[in-house]
Amino acid sequence: MSNLLLLIPIALFLGLLGLGAFLWSLRSGQFDDMEGAANRILFDDDDEALAHKSKKLKKNDS
Amino acid sequence: MTQTALCRHCQEPVTAASPAGPDFCCSGCAGAYELLGELGLSSYYKRRAIDPKIRALRPDEEPVGSLDFTELTSTDNEGTHHLNLMVDGIHCAACVWLIETLLQRNEAVIKARVNMTTRRLRLSWQGDKSDIGAIVAPVLQMGYRLIPFDPAALEQATVSRNKELLRCLAVAGFAAGNVMLLSVSVWAGYFQGMGGATRDLFHWLSALIALPAAAYAGMPFYRSAIGAIRNRRVNMDVPISLGVILALGMSLAQTIRSEPHAYFDSAITLLFFLLIGRYLDGRARGQARSAAEHLLSLNARSITVIDDDGTRRLIAPHKAEPGMVVLAAAGERIGIDGEVIDGQSDIDTSVITGESIPVLTRPGKTVFAGTTNISAPLRIRVTATGGNTLLSEIVRLMENAEQGRAKYVAIADRVAKSYAPVVHFLSLATFAGWWLIGGLPWQDALMNAIAVLIITCPCALALAVPVVQVIATGRLLRAGILVKSATALERLTKITGIIFDKTGTLTTGKPELVSQTDPDALELAAQIAANSNHPLSRALVRAAGNVTPCPNVTEQPGLGLTAQGPSGPVLLGSRTFCNIAENADLPSDIAGPELWLAEPGKSPARFVFRDTPRNDADSVIETLRARGFDMTLLSGDRSTTVRQLAETLGLRDWHARMSPTDKAAFVQARADHGKHDLMVGDGINDAPALACAHASMSPATAAEISQNAADIVFQGDRLGAVIEAIDVARKADRLVRQNFALSFAYNLITIPLAVSGFVTPLIAAIAMSSSSLIVIANALRLHAKSSKPDDHGFKVHPQTSQQAGA
Repeated sequence: MSNLLLLIPIALFLGLLGLGAFLWSLRSGQFDDMEGAANRILFDDDDEALAHKSKKLKKNDS
Repeated sequence: MTQTALCRHCQEPVTAASPAGPDFCCSGCAGAYELLGELGLSSYYKRRAIDPKIRALRPDEEPVGSLDFTELTSTDNEGTHHLNLMVDGIHCAACVWLIETLLQRNEAVIKARVNMTTRRLRLSWQGDKSDIGAIVAPVLQMGYRLIPFDPAALEQATVSRNKELLRCLAVAGFAAGNVMLLSVSVWAGYFQGMGGATRDLFHWLSALIALPAAAYAGMPFYRSAIGAIRNRRVNMDVPISLGVILALGMSLAQTIRSEPHAYFDSAITLLFFLLIGRYLDGRARGQARSAAEHLLSLNARSITVIDDDGTRRLIAPHKAEPGMVVLAAAGERIGIDGEVIDGQSDIDTSVITGESIPVLTRPGKTVFAGTTNISAPLRIRVTATGGNTLLSEIVRLMENAEQGRAKYVAIADRVAKSYAPVVHFLSLATFAGWWLIGGLPWQDALMNAIAVLIITCPCALALAVPVVQVIATGRLLRAGILVKSATALERLTKITGIIFDKTGTLTTGKPELVSQTDPDALELAAQIAANSNHPLSRALVRAAGNVTPCPNVTEQPGLGLTAQGPSGPVLLGSRTFCNIAENADLPSDIAGPELWLAEPGKSPARFVFRDTPRNDADSVIETLRARGFDMTLLSGDRSTTVRQLAETLGLRDWHARMSPTDKAAFVQARADHGKHDLMVGDGINDAPALACAHASMSPATAAEISQNAADIVFQGDRLGAVIEAIDVARKADRLVRQNFALSFAYNLITIPLAVSGFVTPLIAAIAMSSSSLIVIANALRLHAKSSKPDDHGFKVHPQTSQQAGA
């Protein structure tokens, strides 16, 4: 029975951790824009940013 | 069908008159394209997907730079400025990317994030507050419109309510999971011989989890129940709250006395299930409402005021004062009531009068808010504001009419009203029966009575309606039909009559060429007409198909167009404009708005137009008639036009020249005779009638106020949405009734068990969960059948499609 005294608090603690994480994500607005979040991962602006940066550098050189 | 060149930036057809042709429709678009090229962002054009429902991305001719963005800007302690803007013109994710990238290129900008769901932009920057004009300039140059808003004012009750429900749902879900885990152990222990001390420990643990969780997660129900009792009414939340509180109280008492009957799991799972229903319900309606709000925000435009010293500034329409001079650009919606002081133009008054052909306006004439200025800029002196405008007059009519509708009681509350007393009486009778007749000690009698309350707690009953409604509104939402009001679907099932408005509802609101004319004349006329925005000109171009616009055309607003032909000026316009004698009629007796083409040395050609019915109007009316609906056509237009349409569609009952008050009175009179009507209309003049009808629908192209008044807003060109909505509403109604029957059947079995004192916590938990699941499964059947939509709405009659292509 003594293992229960250990396991139940652990289970509850883990559950509360999950609940806390969910409430935090809700508060920080992660559920506000589901559509945008799905699309945002597809923006690969690496190449654009690089092109822009090199242009800027050139401008500074001249 | 047309092969006219499309603008490279906004993808709209390019007219020959374009100063930036042949690739661009206007210099604004050319500038935007060039700017993107310079910034290395041209890949935007490859990524984007144009959404035809959204306004084309054409930059405004007059930059909105003077719009006052600083008013709603807030500054935090660190000197960072924040501003919330509504963005109009977002087509797809690439637009989001473009806007964010354009803004972040500016060094001052700290954060720019577009919320794609709500189409709102939150911008943070450092430096001077007034830099904002320069920061947003590139975005405006792309053709997006930015409208500052105050998030606090827009943070509607529904949004925060839904967030609260989600928080409660999370807490209840956590508690239900853990309590159920402990309960399963207790049940297993019951068969395997768990020691009393362990059982008590588990009960205490359950209490520790369930009590605070239920206190928090049950708040939405307790609040609503208290509100109902204060108003001396009973709603579904009263028996729910009572059941939960009593179940928890009794379980606690049992735990304290080390007895076996603890219902913590039932109480908290019940809350969990109910919260799921509530949350889904709120979210589905929230989605429909936010879609409707976004449609409205597209029309919400500020007005341009010209001060005495000639400076222009943009203000909100409600801030206008009598005597101010307002500029209404061509193609813009007029925001105020006033008198024209300068300019001559055509005004589209269809939203107010129902007349589909624009009327000529010149200095001295009065114009009303809500109408659209078509061909040339106008200067208007504001004559009435606030409560004196035609619009607010109509709003008053509408609000009066809406009071009657507020009295409608949802079916769930009607059921609760008769259900709750029966349950409470049963429980009381159980207590009295066991105590007085059965001879049990009062504690045991009370326990049996509470068991009755727990088992009858209307879990399935309370889920029966919301689950069906969520699925029904979700299905309609995907079909472009937005259900705004909570009881709209229920009311829709009751209707027996349908009242249609004419212009913009049964018809497309766009005139089409109907007369047969010489193809050469038509082509020449279309070439000239391609330079104008007048609806009749556009109809000519549509009818002619592929035309190259002819150069050197001048437009005289309200009269016609003049082109320089090889043998002298060619005139296209009204009969007087083309100098044609009144009696020189040509062999065409079709009545309707007309245009004349006068070429030197040739006999004049006449083009007749008609506001044609929507493609599927014919078949929709046919289907509705076959189903026995009693249909009426109400219009503010002239009798000849209305009769023509009524005859085409086979509507026997029609009324022309109806004022907004007439329409509302007509609907009211029918309602007073006990008729339940569905009003379908789009104009400002329909708004009062929409509000006083039993149920109402409005197309998404309708005036703002009509969309507000209507229960249901539908997008797209198909009138078939009316049938679709009625179908889904009826199906949903059937499922709701089935669900009620299922819940009652379940109660018929369990109540005798409870009354006779046989209900243990295990039986309660199984009975409650299974009944909820059965009800949800039944509601899902609405989903399953959605693969077979109405087979009547899509049919396009051969003659109508021919007409459209003629």
